[in-house]
Amino acid sequence: MKLDSKIPEGPLAEKWTKHKFNVKLVNPANKRKYEIIVVGTGLAGASAAASLAELGYNVKAFCFHDSPRRAHSIAAQGGINAAKNYQNDGDSVYRLFYDTIKGGDYRSREGNVYRLAEVSVNIIDQCVAQGVPFAREYGGLLDNRSFGGAQVSRTFYAKGQTGQQLLIGAYQALSRQVTNGKVKLYTRSEMLDLVMIDGEARGIITRNLITGKIERHGAHAVILASGGYGNVFYLSTNAMGSNATAAWRAHRRGALMANPCYTQIHPTCIPVSGSYQSKLTLMSESLRNDGRVWVPKTKELAERIRKGEITALDIKEEDRDYYLERRYPSFGNLVPRDVASRNAKYVCDEGRGVAPTGLAVYLDFADAIKRDGRDTIEARYGNLFEMYEKITGANPYEVPMMIYPAVHYTMGGLWVDYNLMTNIPGLYALGEANFSDHGANRLGASALMQGLADGYFVIPYTLGDYIAGKPNTKTDINHPAFEEAEKGIRDMISKLLSIKGKRTVDDFHRELGHIMWEYCGMSRNAEGLKKARGMVRALREEFWKDVNVGGSSDELNMSLEKASRVADFLELGELMIVDALHREESCGGHFREEYQTEEGEALRNDDEFSYVAAWEFKGTNQDEVLHKEELVFENVKLTQRSYK
Amino acid sequence: MNLTLKVWRQKNPSDKGGFKTYKVNDISEHMSFLEMMDVLNEQLAVAGEEPVHFDHDCREGICGSCSMYINGRAHGPQKLTATCQLHMRHFNDGETITIEPWRARAFPVVKDLVVDRSAFDRIIQSGGYVSVNTGGVPDANEIPVPKQIADEAFSSAECISCGACVAACKNASAMLFVSAKVSQLALLPQGKVERKSRVERMVAQMDIEGFGSCTNTGACTAECPKGISQENIARINREYYNAKFTSDNV
Amino acid sequence: MSWITQTFSSTIGRKLLVAASGLFLIIFLIGHVSGNFLLFKDDGGQAFNEYTQFMTTNQLVQVVRWLTYISILTHIIVTIILTIHNKKARPVGYAEAHPSANSTWSSRNMGLLGTLIAVFLVIHLGNFWYKMKVGEVPLVTYESEGTLRDLYSVVLFSFSNLWYVILYVVMMIFLALHLAHGFRSAFQTLGWRHKKYTPIIEKVGLAFAIIVPLLFAIMPVYIYIITR
Repeated sequence: MKLDSKIPEGPLAEKWTKHKFNVKLVNPANKRKYEIIVVGTGLAGASAAASLAELGYNVKAFCFHDSPRRAHSIAAQGGINAAKNYQNDGDSVYRLFYDTIKGGDYRSREGNVYRLAEVSVNIIDQCVAQGVPFAREYGGLLDNRSFGGAQVSRTFYAKGQTGQQLLIGAYQALSRQVTNGKVKLYTRSEMLDLVMIDGEARGIITRNLITGKIERHGAHAVILASGGYGNVFYLSTNAMGSNATAAWRAHRRGALMANPCYTQIHPTCIPVSGSYQSKLTLMSESLRNDGRVWVPKTKELAERIRKGEITALDIKEEDRDYYLERRYPSFGNLVPRDVASRNAKYVCDEGRGVAPTGLAVYLDFADAIKRDGRDTIEARYGNLFEMYEKITGANPYEVPMMIYPAVHYTMGGLWVDYNLMTNIPGLYALGEANFSDHGANRLGASALMQGLADGYFVIPYTLGDYIAGKPNTKTDINHPAFEEAEKGIRDMISKLLSIKGKRTVDDFHRELGHIMWEYCGMSRNAEGLKKARGMVRALREEFWKDVNVGGSSDELNMSLEKASRVADFLELGELMIVDALHREESCGGHFREEYQTEEGEALRNDDEFSYVAAWEFKGTNQDEVLHKEELVFENVKLTQRSYK
Repeated sequence: MNLTLKVWRQKNPSDKGGFKTYKVNDISEHMSFLEMMDVLNEQLAVAGEEPVHFDHDCREGICGSCSMYINGRAHGPQKLTATCQLHMRHFNDGETITIEPWRARAFPVVKDLVVDRSAFDRIIQSGGYVSVNTGGVPDANEIPVPKQIADEAFSSAECISCGACVAACKNASAMLFVSAKVSQLALLPQGKVERKSRVERMVAQMDIEGFGSCTNTGACTAECPKGISQENIARINREYYNAKFTSDNV
Repeated sequence: MSWITQTFSSTIGRKLLVAASGLFLIIFLIGHVSGNFLLFKDDGGQAFNEYTQFMTTNQLVQVVRWLTYISILTHIIVTIILTIHNKKARPVGYAEAHPSANSTWSSRNMGLLGTLIAVFLVIHLGNFWYKMKVGEVPLVTYESEGTLRDLYSVVLFSFSNLWYVILYVVMMIFLALHLAHGFRSAFQTLGWRHKKYTPIIEKVGLAFAIIVPLLFAIMPVYIYIITR
């Protein structure tokens, strides 16, 4: 299979403009004859569904939540980047492009990233017009803040709830189209399979989560905007329901999965407090602007803290190791996410971690409070401190916070070309569900930007190019392909319900998470990955023999929903391991212990691994086949990151 | 700690439903309330019983999915806290905790503690938006918005649509929810264009859905995990009269 | 004209009627309590009876009188309609509820308080208004004013009965509670809320809810004492 990224020819800055001119258009009167399925109603899905409906297409939008507005985009805190240069501080489309490519450790496509930076400015205009209440300055103009990985202030925000405000904006646009009759909304409906007719995506099979009814939905194109797969780790900052099922089932139908090993671990999360833990909560990265990260210098002191004999306040200044400041004198506590995360792991591995689990480091505000006063710190981080206290019961004004890294975002996803179409004609992937723009590491405040760029400003153009050549005949949902897909799903559900084993779904999920975190988490090595692969395979086998799913299929059955998602995670997990094992270099969110500089920093291998690894499914329990898309860099020079 | 849970169980909307009592032991005070429910559900699954169904997703207090009436309070005893952010340290060893679904005609029970809140979606669909298509909008900084107004609109927009206001209100009124959206959009210049028809349509839909009327008890704000203010309700009243008496919609 | 019926059949439109009639009745109470102050005048009831005469004959007062009737009826009928609507909005109640954690008792029991006040109103009107209308009131002659109907003597007679006095005092407590919520609630319903003025309205409302019923309550007590 030859992977054609379809990046337009010509100078970087003109590619998108040229492409928009070259794509085929669909006559407005004809658009209403086409049906488009959009799976997922987060930022990418809701914005795509609304925009396509505005153009005239008939859209069917699906989400597993009770309302489109609950998608996990809602939880994004920090902000959204845009190259507006409102601050007159030297920002430009090119700079945003450059920062994103560099931040992604040179593992993303120049053309895609440049387009992302280009349309970023339109996103802000669009959201403001929808009534999104961004933060403003006293003069009434929009405020910006700076964010990790950038030297300019280009992040637009709405307190700590930027994701919620942007999502509600898109949800409202979507709701408007529901009223206009252009969007038919299917809530509490989960996509369980992709239906292909003559090699093209022509529909999906869904399960109505309330009645259990298996439904067939036909269309002329299918758009997946179903988010990332961070929950393969069981514990992550994702929502409990976030899953990879839509994307994975499409993968099983032939869509390639690209760079699945690229996982972003966020350094400032509230540590795990016990085995019952169900999810991890992120604390905004901005805390590292004023907090100092440390652990005790010796294992003995750490041990006494873990046992509860002494507290952080008993540790004398000379017995504290401010390890980030020590190792990275120029960036200090503000090193990028992956570096901060990895170093936290190292000190904990050395036995110097705090908290009863030994998996936490301190983030201390004592010096900041002494320097700026409690009021200033409260003004900056008050709501975060409150949230921390709500969850942990400890007051961060008095005792240092405890933090630990957690899985946050997955850069990998379905392989798509410049048009966001997967290798299956008519199947598109948007937002976190695709792999396209963040390379091996995503910069802060870029996820919201990408989701909305894809939905508002890319897919409305590129979809037409595909649709224009297609007959508008209604999709026949009685076609044998639908029969076959529906039967497959029914069989799978009956199988899950009939096993009646001893272990609960959560139990399997938790074990998978442990394996993934231990061997395919913050740092990886060949030996561990090989071992993990065997473990995941064995676990998957056991799952299909011994899982316990109660209830029936014709009612609301959350165990069944979970089981079907975990079954996919058990396959996806293995592919992540395979991908991590094959990528014999360290880059961004993928750190292989064998490939590091003398100072312990990530060591890329641009000669051999400057490509997108796209995996093809060959059948259950069979090895996936690797396809490579070489990355071409014509505009940026590849350099090694250094934060010393 | 060891707890006794009195949980509402209802197989489907037509089932009559009733309370069932369960015991959970060795609950850590650091657990969230929903993690405690997870423990119960693991216990039930192992025993071959059906787990208690409840809505939940982000578990960080922002998606608005969780919706439990705990010990006679919407989202339990902690102020400004959604169920998912409520922690067990606020309960005592040996305590009996009563857990019920939201109760309102407009929020029919789907199963156990899961209710159908699509009425909220239909209210938004009736007009809770600004009618702009993608593209063709002015530059974001073209219309300055006074910071105070922007901040006020933001505090209205903080609503997470969980329905605690309806659950807590003795009349099962949705005024806080509807007013928050009406306020956000009426405050901002971008939303002012349609402010009259918006409030008319949203209030009409709210009534169709069968929510009660507001009697200004303030219970909604007191139980709202985001502390949405009563100010919004005064504003929707104002907006509504203004629209009804001055709009051109006969 | 369908917009009018539409407006007043919506919950917010109905609330407008309740608030507007309530506010009118609040104004009525001010008039009522100030007029009745004449009961305290030590002139054998002449000033009070003159005031009664004025109130029953002045044309403008008659307009106000009818407005009061309409307000009372509107207030009662619309709140009944809304209460039925509100009850229907929650067909299945909670097994355990602790509303005192989020709202005041009076705000939640306006219907109950209103019903008690309505019952009181029937007794009260039967006592004075009905007698005034049907004319079982004795006459009294003053040198300056000529012959007037002596409502004052009716008042004296009524409040010489201890049970009546107790009834009135208790009822004024209910009125106070009703006003404690109703006063500020009316402003909220009308949308008159402002960072500067709302705190003042709330204070004035509370003061009103205490002072007016208190003054009303003092009257029967005072008369009971002077008739001993």
